Amino acid sequence: MISVELLKQRAAIIQAVRCFFMGRGFLEVETPVRIPAPAPEVHIEPETSGGWFLQASPELCMKRLLAAGAINIFQICKCFRRGERGRLHLPELTMLEWYRVGANYEDLMTDCEDLLRFVGREIGRDSIEFGGRQVSLTGDWPRITVEEAYRRYGSMEVAAALAADKFDQEMVCHIEPELGLECPAFLVDYPASLASLACLKKDDAMVAERFELYVAGVELANGFSELNDPDEQRLRFEQEMERIIANGRQPGPLPERFLTELALMPEAAGIALGIDRLVMLFTGKSTIDEVIAFQPEYL
Amino acid sequence: MYSASDLRKGLKIIIDGDPYIVATFDFTKPGKGQALYRCRLRNLINGNSTDRTYRSNDKFEPAPLDERDMQFLYAQGGEYHFMDTLNYEQIVLSAEQVGENVRYLRDNMDVKVLLFKERPIDLTLPIFVNLTVTKADPWVKGDTSGTDTKPVTVETGYELQVPPFVEEGDKIQIDTRTGAYITRVKE
Repeated sequence: MISVELLKQRAAIIQAVRCFFMGRGFLEVETPVRIPAPAPEVHIEPETSGGWFLQASPELCMKRLLAAGAINIFQICKCFRRGERGRLHLPELTMLEWYRVGANYEDLMTDCEDLLRFVGREIGRDSIEFGGRQVSLTGDWPRITVEEAYRRYGSMEVAAALAADKFDQEMVCHIEPELGLECPAFLVDYPASLASLACLKKDDAMVAERFELYVAGVELANGFSELNDPDEQRLRFEQEMERIIANGRQPGPLPERFLTELALMPEAAGIALGIDRLVMLFTGKSTIDEVIAFQPEYL
Repeated sequence: MYSASDLRKGLKIIIDGDPYIVATFDFTKPGKGQALYRCRLRNLINGNSTDRTYRSNDKFEPAPLDERDMQFLYAQGGEYHFMDTLNYEQIVLSAEQVGENVRYLRDNMDVKVLLFKERPIDLTLPIFVNLTVTKADPWVKGDTSGTDTKPVTVETGYELQVPPFVEEGDKIQIDTRTGAYITRVKE
């Protein structure tokens, strides 16, 4: 059922997000939704469109803008992910991405704190109610490493989970439900193999400078310090393509222009945040379906 | 064969020789991780439930069920009587077998009854049913309480949230998969 009242709240939240970035001197950009060569990702199946693909994320195009001289940019756009449909998933979703030259993933975590508090203030809320929890936006938001989270909440160590191909199952069943319950939380330092576009941590090459933001057990954003070594990136893309083939899918072509221009991209950090989930959390709705104009099943 | 991406509420599959129905279903996908399909499955023979998590590559055998067009006749003493519209044979389902569908069951409604090895075990309703609103509070124009839905009761006794303009006597369309109001209909 379409709720006009909710659409108004959604618009106000998106307006607040724009105000936040505008106020900080970010440039709002638009990049093509339909692209010839997406980043190969084993667990994200892109939707095809006339021999090309609909973007699963504007990441590659936005990084090309950094390589072309942009400093701080953001975009709010539609992304498409084939077969993703659930209480928190839509095959067509609205994504916010922002990128900052000269920043790292820790700066992005601070951005997340500032952004959510700003949006909360604009719509008159300093907490989020979801799943029977009241999550306070004030105070310090904990940063917990993946390794520590496994130790605290998991049924096995992270290395064992990776070896048994149970990393994701552990996350869904044991770890995610414990994250961000009192106030939002950052899960940081992912195993290097799970971050094909991120920098490795300077003092520990086993993990990447990648984090996820959780609110009331809901994954809201994924950010990292961006890898800007084209040779390393090509290698990782090729490894990812092998995994795609091993999973029985046909990978798209390598994004060659991106790989060429990546050499020109300065040190930067970037992040993607699901707008539909943000609206769901701020409006206290329990499913993503309630905060969009039309669900795909009713088109 | 079904694959995990076919899993949805109401799908009927065979596990270890018994037919099961997917009672609840959630698609999850952590971060950039793999898709996981978390299901609660109900055994259609003994009613027992079990929780399972599946991955994209898992495959399932569809439950070999006969589906017959039937008409709902009446309910009496917790038993629900249906009639085969082809051969007029009557069958009975228990309240447990009818489950949440009872919300939408109206006398003479056309439904499909499922049989496993000749035994009636379940029924399927049309995805959309039209029901008459029998109880609704009037809409006070200029109400600024901020709520944009109100509860109404339909002829089957089911109560749901609808937009404020829906009135007593209106016919509304309901999605039987979710129980949600879809639209007001003219008939």
